[in-house]
Amino acid sequence: MQRHLISAADLTRDDAVLILDTAEEMARVADRPIKKLPTLRGRTVVNLFFEDSTRTRISFEAAEKRLSADVINFSAKGSSVSKGESLKDTAQTLEAMGVDAVVIRHGASGAPYRLATSDWIDAVVINAGDGTHQHPTQALLDAFTMRRRLVGRDAGLGQDLAGRRVTVVGDVLHSRVARSNVDLLHTLGAEVTLVAPPTLLPVGIESWPCEVSYDLDAALPKSDAVMMLRVQRERMNAAFFPTEREYSRRYGLDGDRMARMPEHAIVMHPGPMVRGMEITAEVADSPRCTVVEQVANGVSIRMAVLYLLLGGNEPAVTHTRTEEK
Amino acid sequence: MDKFDKLDKLDTVDGKLDTTDGIDRQDPLAASRAAEARPVLEGPDIARVLTRIAHEIVERAKGADDVVLLGIPTRGVFLAQRLAVKLEQITERGIPVGSLDITMYRDDLRMHPPRALARTEIPGDGIDGRLVVLVDDVLFSGRTIRAALDALNDIGRPRAVQLAVLVDRGHRELPIRADYVGKNLPTSLRETVKVQLAEEDGRDTVLLGAKPATAGESQH
Amino acid sequence: MSKTLIRGARVLGGEPQDVLIDGETVAATARQGEIDWSGTGLGAEGAEVVEAGGKVLLPGLVDLHTHLREPGREDSETVLTGTRAAASGGYTAVFAMANTFPVADTAGVVEQVWRLGREHGYCDVRPIGAVTVGLEGRKLAELGAMHESAAGVTVFSDDGKCVDDAVIMRRALEYVKAFGGVVAQHAQEPRLTEGAQMNEGVVSAELGLGGWPAVAEESIIARDVLLAEHVGSRVHICHLSTAGSVEIVRWAKSRGIDVTAEVTPHHLLLTDEMVRTYDPVYKVNPPLRTERDVRALREALADGTIDIVATDHAPHPHEDKDCEWAAAAMGMVGLETALSVVQATMVDTGLLDWAGVADRMSLAPARIGRATGHGRPVSAGEPANLTLLDTAYRGQVDPAGFASRSRNTPYAGRELPGRVTHTWLRGKATLVDGKLT
Repeated sequence: MQRHLISAADLTRDDAVLILDTAEEMARVADRPIKKLPTLRGRTVVNLFFEDSTRTRISFEAAEKRLSADVINFSAKGSSVSKGESLKDTAQTLEAMGVDAVVIRHGASGAPYRLATSDWIDAVVINAGDGTHQHPTQALLDAFTMRRRLVGRDAGLGQDLAGRRVTVVGDVLHSRVARSNVDLLHTLGAEVTLVAPPTLLPVGIESWPCEVSYDLDAALPKSDAVMMLRVQRERMNAAFFPTEREYSRRYGLDGDRMARMPEHAIVMHPGPMVRGMEITAEVADSPRCTVVEQVANGVSIRMAVLYLLLGGNEPAVTHTRTEEK
Repeated sequence: MDKFDKLDKLDTVDGKLDTTDGIDRQDPLAASRAAEARPVLEGPDIARVLTRIAHEIVERAKGADDVVLLGIPTRGVFLAQRLAVKLEQITERGIPVGSLDITMYRDDLRMHPPRALARTEIPGDGIDGRLVVLVDDVLFSGRTIRAALDALNDIGRPRAVQLAVLVDRGHRELPIRADYVGKNLPTSLRETVKVQLAEEDGRDTVLLGAKPATAGESQH
Repeated sequence: MSKTLIRGARVLGGEPQDVLIDGETVAATARQGEIDWSGTGLGAEGAEVVEAGGKVLLPGLVDLHTHLREPGREDSETVLTGTRAAASGGYTAVFAMANTFPVADTAGVVEQVWRLGREHGYCDVRPIGAVTVGLEGRKLAELGAMHESAAGVTVFSDDGKCVDDAVIMRRALEYVKAFGGVVAQHAQEPRLTEGAQMNEGVVSAELGLGGWPAVAEESIIARDVLLAEHVGSRVHICHLSTAGSVEIVRWAKSRGIDVTAEVTPHHLLLTDEMVRTYDPVYKVNPPLRTERDVRALREALADGTIDIVATDHAPHPHEDKDCEWAAAAMGMVGLETALSVVQATMVDTGLLDWAGVADRMSLAPARIGRATGHGRPVSAGEPANLTLLDTAYRGQVDPAGFASRSRNTPYAGRELPGRVTHTWLRGKATLVDGKLT
């Protein structure tokens, strides 16, 4: 049994539902005067960020502190730490300091997997986003947000997302969020459609458990949730699309398009949003847009993951992934 | 996950800290052995002692004006709800009732895999300045109540905290006592006490059984 | 004059024979038992006797694609350790790639490497010269000077980098015709492989690693065979790795274009599924491809579309592989496992017999590289460059036992068949009972 969280694909349906249910209880802590639980007292968690990501780091830090863990923030960006050997050196340093868990964000796909499977360190490894590979806690918080909005807080307990239709739009090629969401949403029974210009879809996508479309307008009326991915302007320079204007005309979500979604459908975005590119201000600021909720839910989900992986003498989350598929 | 389901179920049956009845978690026959246990309280007995406790609460709390009942999941919550009904009958007033999950405050978290969390539901007016009566099914080592007091501390500042339990089986490990006891049940550490309630188990009964000889874990 | 009698060896996998080495040449061969050597005038008396007991005897292997790393990266390999690794793997000649520091783009550097090989005496070292100065792809290196040097360079390659400029490639192909040279192309369209980390396909999509499309290799091969046809030159394709490349080479050969191609042992065995481990020991250029590609490569090697097996032995120090995938160096060591992998993938599968292996790993590479004295038949009068292989052996690969300075093998702990027990370089044993002399 693995004791790390590396990929959303590693979670079984029951694992994922347990995490969502636990997060629902964790969310209630946020409503209390003292937003703190003693659960991880005496445990040391390192936030090891090789890539800038203030929002993810803060979210993990809030979750860790609410569970009373000792938190060490290690930002490796810009320091001498940038080449391969240093991941090992850093890991061994942390191991020597006796850390219990490492929350790692790294620009190289597979770095958390490598950390978890190497003999560099013994701590629990939680992937906070690696390259263009995975970002499992993002997928979990997205699923949590969908379940709350589409099924209900209490009605959702114990439930998955069976039959819900989720459309993910944007730069799938470079998106760990898209990969994680496809894996987790499929596991939870949702039907996922990816919409992007063909240049921003990876070769090999045909093996993913989802539909692929180039036509946003066709997908919208059939969606319970529409997740817009950030599209970096630099992509334009590498000829992934001709101009910003053309991109937002074809794949951006504006008020007219949002009106074509079913009434109950929500608009999601992992942030940070590029307003005017993939989403207009009108949509971003509408009550159907869950961006702010997603941020709050992120803390609850990360508390749940930390508790389930670190709260006992062994993790409560089983993994199905084997060393070599 | 299979493992967790089992644990969750055990938690509701016998896994809670001071209701641990010593049934070996790995032993598939444990449940049937426990089923052979001897009943010490039956349905009518349970109803009677809850009525008595309700009257005692009203008496000691001088009308129970500011009482808030907080049950400790799983069975403590059902007992609290039953007590609330009885208190309402006696006082003809609504009695706030809620639940207090103590999982995250346990002192043995690192001795087991993480447990599924139960609901903490504090009544709308909160607990500040109120008389909180904690309700649980079995009082044993006292560690659950210690955890509950810690949990309460993070939620508010009651005027006073009291404890009501259906069964006190002795063997305290902390300086904790119950204010209201349904039945004092002197037990040996070799024995198990198991409370079953209609809401969860389909029937009301308290069973006293023998701990299997092969019990794998140390008990509190 | 020292003599060695190899008794009962299955030459090219045939019937057991006795082979007598006298000095630097094979003096005589005969069916086992046919000649009572003690009674002949060949003077086998006093010869050292090696009881082959049914082991397979092949001409000494020739590797057209080895990175010896010296000069410049002696922390990963030297000419000494690399040639010892070669002898361990049954090789008697290796072609040393030009991507050293400094780059082997002058007569001075190639002569240094050649001379080191001669001094150590484990394996002939034939330096490969760079096609362009500094491997930068802009200006032709002094190809003629390298050819005329003591090293006698005949193979030119910017391996590690592609000669992607079509005009430079054309000129190089033309220029080396004057002295019978050949350009060995590392086929990798650079723009299509920017940031590439692994084969582009189902696995890369899932792992989020930059994709390395097959077309980046195939488009260069297609261009180069057409260029070779146009200017009437021969061209050699390094480490061909895709089914599409096989099709292009097959088509080119059917047109009569003078193209030869190599495949590495690892591309005959491993697929991009291995990358799921994110273990950089599987990171290599060109990348591991799919099972379909592996099948096509094996078939092409069997039918001769691919001419040779070349190791692309690429040693790297431990720290360059003990890291995350993106930061790791590309390449695998291969000299000491090549024959075992070929036995596993080609012989034990029935695709190739031992005579075929001798052709793909000795005769053909020697012919392409003009390595005189190598890749010759095992018969009287020929140079005694020989390899004796215990084909019945089964064992796990243990990198700790490698003669190479580096350990970056993808086969650690994997069971592979066959073991080279003896290697002779011009009659002198470089490997005896699996131990280097």
